[in-house]
Amino acid sequence: MNQVSTKYMNPYLAGFLLGAVLLVSIFVTGRGLGASGAIKDTVIAVVGKVAPDHAAESPYYGPYMNAERENPMKSWLVFELAGVLIGAFLSGLVSDRLSFKSEGGPFIANKTRWAFAAAGGALFGIGAQFARGCTSGAALSGMAVLSSAGFITMLAIFGTGYAVAYLFRRLWI
Amino acid sequence: MGPFVPDPISPELNFVIALIIGIAFGFVLEQAGFSSSRKLAGVFYGYDFTVLRVFFSAAVTAMGGIMLLNFFGLLDTEAIYINPLWLWPAIVGGAIMGVGFILGGYCPGTSICAAAIGKIDALFFVGGLFIGVLFFAEMFPAWERFHESSALGPVKVYDSLGLPAGWFAFALIVVAVSAFAVTSRIEKRVNRQAPANNFRFRKHLTVAVVTIFAGAVFISLPDRKSRTIAMASSLEHLEACETSYMSSDELAFRIVDKDPSMQIVDVSDSLAYNQFSLPGSVNLQIHELFSKEWNTLFARRHVRKILVAENEQDAVIAYHVLDEIGYRNLSVLEGGLPHFRSLILNREGAVLRQDSVNSVVREFRQEAGTAIHAMIEAQRDRPKEPDKKPRKITGGC
Repeated sequence: MNQVSTKYMNPYLAGFLLGAVLLVSIFVTGRGLGASGAIKDTVIAVVGKVAPDHAAESPYYGPYMNAERENPMKSWLVFELAGVLIGAFLSGLVSDRLSFKSEGGPFIANKTRWAFAAAGGALFGIGAQFARGCTSGAALSGMAVLSSAGFITMLAIFGTGYAVAYLFRRLWI
Repeated sequence: MGPFVPDPISPELNFVIALIIGIAFGFVLEQAGFSSSRKLAGVFYGYDFTVLRVFFSAAVTAMGGIMLLNFFGLLDTEAIYINPLWLWPAIVGGAIMGVGFILGGYCPGTSICAAAIGKIDALFFVGGLFIGVLFFAEMFPAWERFHESSALGPVKVYDSLGLPAGWFAFALIVVAVSAFAVTSRIEKRVNRQAPANNFRFRKHLTVAVVTIFAGAVFISLPDRKSRTIAMASSLEHLEACETSYMSSDELAFRIVDKDPSMQIVDVSDSLAYNQFSLPGSVNLQIHELFSKEWNTLFARRHVRKILVAENEQDAVIAYHVLDEIGYRNLSVLEGGLPHFRSLILNREGAVLRQDSVNSVVREFRQEAGTAIHAMIEAQRDRPKEPDKKPRKITGGC
């Protein structure tokens, strides 16, 4: 399980290209990249379909359930994240990295890894709602436009990450 | 001038663009190695700092690009989405995400990339994301107040720190390059097979030095707005360039005539504007003239834009700012609004009216004064300004 492929792109070049994609996005559409927002839109759409009465009453979903509002799935970020899925698949295809596997620290069983991955995802889902965005939408795009929100969110994510890293070192080293 | 949404790019086309940008985003993330949780988590344990390298390079590239596009007048930075700040929710949310990062080994965007190439742990992470958002939404009443607390709006980081934007940009570049250097040393110590072992020292040192020198350009790069305003206000510029004036009489005639090929732009401060304004005028501050929003107003060549202000000098500066941006068919009201008032509108103090030898002119001024007074009165009851809210692009998350 402890294998890191070395044939990745030079990180600085990748960073430059990522910055260029972000720049094009801001230049053309006026907005940066994102990810968690599309998850939010999907959750709202699903709850709206499965439990419309519940959604209409809720202070969170309620505003989105207005008949005049567009379907929450018809959002910029949903289309963008669909693109991410396609783009990453294409990249995996050309670099021969398509395979079903899990990664983690050398001393961790797959099932434990999966449980922690799900827990981490849940925390990210919650945190991104408070911070109005995740690492891409709030931190990266926010930093590019020099917003205080971007820098504060970035520092909070990585600062806390370093603060608790030692506690969970068995997961990774 | 960008951005091109909502005009000329329609919302439907924008979705296509979103998909294309997403494909590029996903492709680059995967190529960078962000589809590997082990690689991502490495940044916290020192065995792989790829995340830091990619993340910081991307942020600096995009930031620099935005500043340069703004400098050359190609991007209206007033119109782009600036993430608003809710201070405490941002800190708490960020902290929760930080723990999530250590436990999960991914962030939302990278988990989608990893899931796309078949990583099973990433699928669990994505599942967790949905559960987390659902949990947040269901429990929303419990933290609704906190979620909305300490709202500070779209503040800029350099304003928060009290630095000029250029200095902040330079400082960020220096921090990024230093962080690259320091973390590469750490990485080599921690991990013998670290990516940094493949870096050639000379080459990287050259790139670092060049980057820092290039970054220093931002210090001397005034933003286009302050540069243009400063230039337009300079005496040399005013002496070298001609200003076209319009007399109070002509303006009064055009107002009474309801001339459709004229637009009065009042650059007085809004307080003065609220006390007195000419019929049909719009109130804009000089720094607002750059906004893409007013492009359609100023770009109409057949419409004469008449710049007026309580202080004539302000109107002259606005004239040269607009001229510099490239708008044509402009005029400045000679003598400013006080002169106009005393000449046309002042009923009692007919001093200025008297020294006009021509009785026709005198009569015209009297009639025009009455008519314009009536127009101002009529306008008072109606909302004065057109919708002045800039069309902001929504974004975030």
